Amino acid sequence: MQGTANVKQEISHETTLFAEPIFHFGNFTLTNALLSSWLAVLIIISLAVILRKKLREVPSTLQNIFEIVLEGALDLCDQVTNSRALSLKVFPIAITVFFFVLINNWLGLLPIGGLGILEHGEHGLSFVPFLRGGTADVNTTIALAIMAVIGANLFGIFSIGIWKIFNKYVNLKALGQVFTKIKKDKTVIIVAPITFFVGLLELVGEFAKIASLSFRLFGNVFAGEVLLASMAALFAYILPVPFLFLEILVGVIQALIFSMLLVVYFTISATDHDEHSGHEAHKEHSQIEKESIISSH
Amino acid sequence: MDLSTLAKALAIGLGAIGPGIGIGFIGAKAMEAIGRNPEATNKILVPMLLACAFAEAIAIYALVIAFSIK
Repeated sequence: MQGTANVKQEISHETTLFAEPIFHFGNFTLTNALLSSWLAVLIIISLAVILRKKLREVPSTLQNIFEIVLEGALDLCDQVTNSRALSLKVFPIAITVFFFVLINNWLGLLPIGGLGILEHGEHGLSFVPFLRGGTADVNTTIALAIMAVIGANLFGIFSIGIWKIFNKYVNLKALGQVFTKIKKDKTVIIVAPITFFVGLLELVGEFAKIASLSFRLFGNVFAGEVLLASMAALFAYILPVPFLFLEILVGVIQALIFSMLLVVYFTISATDHDEHSGHEAHKEHSQIEKESIISSH
Repeated sequence: MDLSTLAKALAIGLGAIGPGIGIGFIGAKAMEAIGRNPEATNKILVPMLLACAFAEAIAIYALVIAFSIK
């Protein structure tokens, strides 16, 4: 791996598995991945403001592009949620996370990573870049993953109430059924403790979701950066080009997967697993299927 | 004796076997489905890529461990 020397100074950062600190505001350390994340936020905000100012009935080019992207994304969201109303509720956060992750992934590919400082370190001079893709830092991805999972649970609490969400993990309803159903169905005395234990396992599953979301995104982006650095070290001229295209594609796919999983988690949280909502979801699903078939012709 | 290089190699080597086979299966089933119904190619492509990315994530977990072994 390139540039893995450790440098400690006032205004510099190092390149390792973890992002390097650039600056210290007293106790708060500014790392280069954090700076890239702020740059991505700045890009998103300025795009949003520009689009809002130039909003017309007959769209301009920029507005047209975003309308196409948003329409496609909303349809994809509908396929997951099976309900346009739920889609519209979840869509803002999903598309924001999508754009944030996408721009962060792509910022790591730009040659602006070459701006940096040479610092004196333990092994002599070492190069510390100012900008490094935000998602190439495990802190960013873990933060996004925690936000996604906790957000999904909060969304569930707001949608179907805190008692049902609490019952998903600590299944007191199943334990209560031991007393109410014991006369009708003798096997419930064995089934109910198992259901209770499965509910506790769901809690472990939430932490597994956090880990898998964060490490999938971090691993793909970080491995891509290391790959590009190795290819450039091998032969700097034509060789990195196909890998750059691969990394562009990987950036899009990983952003898409992250936001789609976010929509899935929100939908699962907000779905009431009673028969009533099951029928409703089925009806709306076939409705949306018909609409999409009609629109695709 | 410094076994860390061997450890890194084993971590990623063994960790990539399962996902490799998995992605092969996903691709094979997708090819089969496209062969049966070529018009459905666009509908099959996106879920196939999604499933591939999930399978690949397991290999990426192994890669992260390989990177973090000193």
